[in-house]
Amino acid sequence: MNTAPPETTLEGLIRSRPRFRLETCSGAVLGSEVLGSLTYVGGLSRLAGKSVLIGAKSQLAAARAMIELDGFAARLVICPPDFSPERLASVIEQARVDAIVCEDSRMVFGSARPLFVIESAGTREERIESPRLRTQWLLPTSGTTGPPKLVAHSLNSLLGAIKGASNGPSPVWTTFYDIRRYGGLQIFLRACVAGATLALSDAEESLDGHIARCLRLGVTHISGTPSHWRRLLMNPNHVLLEPEYVRLSGEIADRAILSALREAYPKARVVHAYASTEGGVGFEVTDGMEGFPASLLDVEGEIELRLRDGSLHIRSPRTATSYVGRDDLQLRDKEGFVDTGDMLERIGERCFFKGRRTGVINVGGLKVHPEEVEQVINAYEKVRMSRVGARRNPIIGDIIAAEIVLREETATTEDEDALKHDILEFCRARLPRHMVPVTMRFVPALDVLASGKLARRHA
Amino acid sequence: MSIRLTIISQIENIAAEQSKKIAPLDDSLLLSQSGLDSLCFAILVARLEDILGTDPFTASDEVYFPTTLGEFVELYEHCPA
Repeated sequence: MNTAPPETTLEGLIRSRPRFRLETCSGAVLGSEVLGSLTYVGGLSRLAGKSVLIGAKSQLAAARAMIELDGFAARLVICPPDFSPERLASVIEQARVDAIVCEDSRMVFGSARPLFVIESAGTREERIESPRLRTQWLLPTSGTTGPPKLVAHSLNSLLGAIKGASNGPSPVWTTFYDIRRYGGLQIFLRACVAGATLALSDAEESLDGHIARCLRLGVTHISGTPSHWRRLLMNPNHVLLEPEYVRLSGEIADRAILSALREAYPKARVVHAYASTEGGVGFEVTDGMEGFPASLLDVEGEIELRLRDGSLHIRSPRTATSYVGRDDLQLRDKEGFVDTGDMLERIGERCFFKGRRTGVINVGGLKVHPEEVEQVINAYEKVRMSRVGARRNPIIGDIIAAEIVLREETATTEDEDALKHDILEFCRARLPRHMVPVTMRFVPALDVLASGKLARRHA
Repeated sequence: MSIRLTIISQIENIAAEQSKKIAPLDDSLLLSQSGLDSLCFAILVARLEDILGTDPFTASDEVYFPTTLGEFVELYEHCPA
């Protein structure tokens, strides 16, 4: 752990940004005017130098705790709100958590630790200035099977991709992510650095409610996964929004979703970012096309990208430094590269994401990334989104099965068999035969996980 | 449609989709010489499962793999749906 004092803390950052504001769907607000003068975490002084799990239910309380504890606690452990007691217990052990901060002293976290309450109204309790610490930020990686794996970041590694405030009017952000996930945390930190307003999403709020709130606040910048965006485009009220900036991350941004967003928001800059909890923010693609320029590979500099055995490797100050609580796992190789497990194909001067190494389907010995097939199906004009998976087959192990959500306007009017036939023909013209779906089913919707990613069996 | 006719028409569909030239479909035809490859058979088995609601290859622990078209049809005819 780096013991030098930090250049800044989150609170220090926000204090110099008077227009920073967080807004929730219930109308609660956190603004920079109260920070520094009020304390929300009860018994804060006893958390100096401790390993603290942020167990808040609400994002606002979690944000308050992050702001007060960065530079004060030795470790901040940040888990998504949907973590089960078993997963939390594993996190508490691995991160050697000393205390938990949450809204209610009766909450249960799988493994008993002293609870400290984040109050909804601040008190003018005397703030105890402690030596500023370089707080470690621990986040679980986004895999969904097995015990959670924690990686260590610092405020600096998390802020690495964020530019300072610009002189123009400050943006009004919203994100479909929860700020306790890497993608949402990035937007929260952007709002802190830019002194911006951030409208927090809420799992309890309808999409219509969220859209109405965005209109009221004059949202200019929106971030989410491609699955979040598809869900928005399936809501007729998406036409009311007029974002200047549209950001996608967390999943592959395929040609279909990029062109649908360009069509829906012709005045917006559509940017897709490559980022992961382990690898940090790698790069942003601003040319509106899928994939990224191959010229980004093999360049020396702050962010170094390599293609090894088909997988993207990253070395940069924005990656996490290590796994925590798992001595058997190594995050960085000897040269400091993180293997992202995201498989790439280079075609000429462009690189394209094929999918996750772990999600591969084996069709008679030939490997198929479900995402590659989905990208082709999604490119068919009447398709909104799709999910490709394996179906067991006694002849060749696995075959490809597809579930498809049609665009709203075509969903009810088409002859299903004719449409299936057309989509299959479209796939056959573009994919090797073993990758063409063998079975195809139209479904009204596909599950999107709380992480904003499409629910996959092998995620 | 009978099981036999369902199987024959599916084989013809798949051969057309996969641009395979197939031999005349009589009972003595060796599957290995039918013109269909293993992916075609995989598709056939999956389609038949969807249509007939049965997959004789996984329905029982003891499966013999048919070698002729006649045996293949028989396997489906004797498999409880």
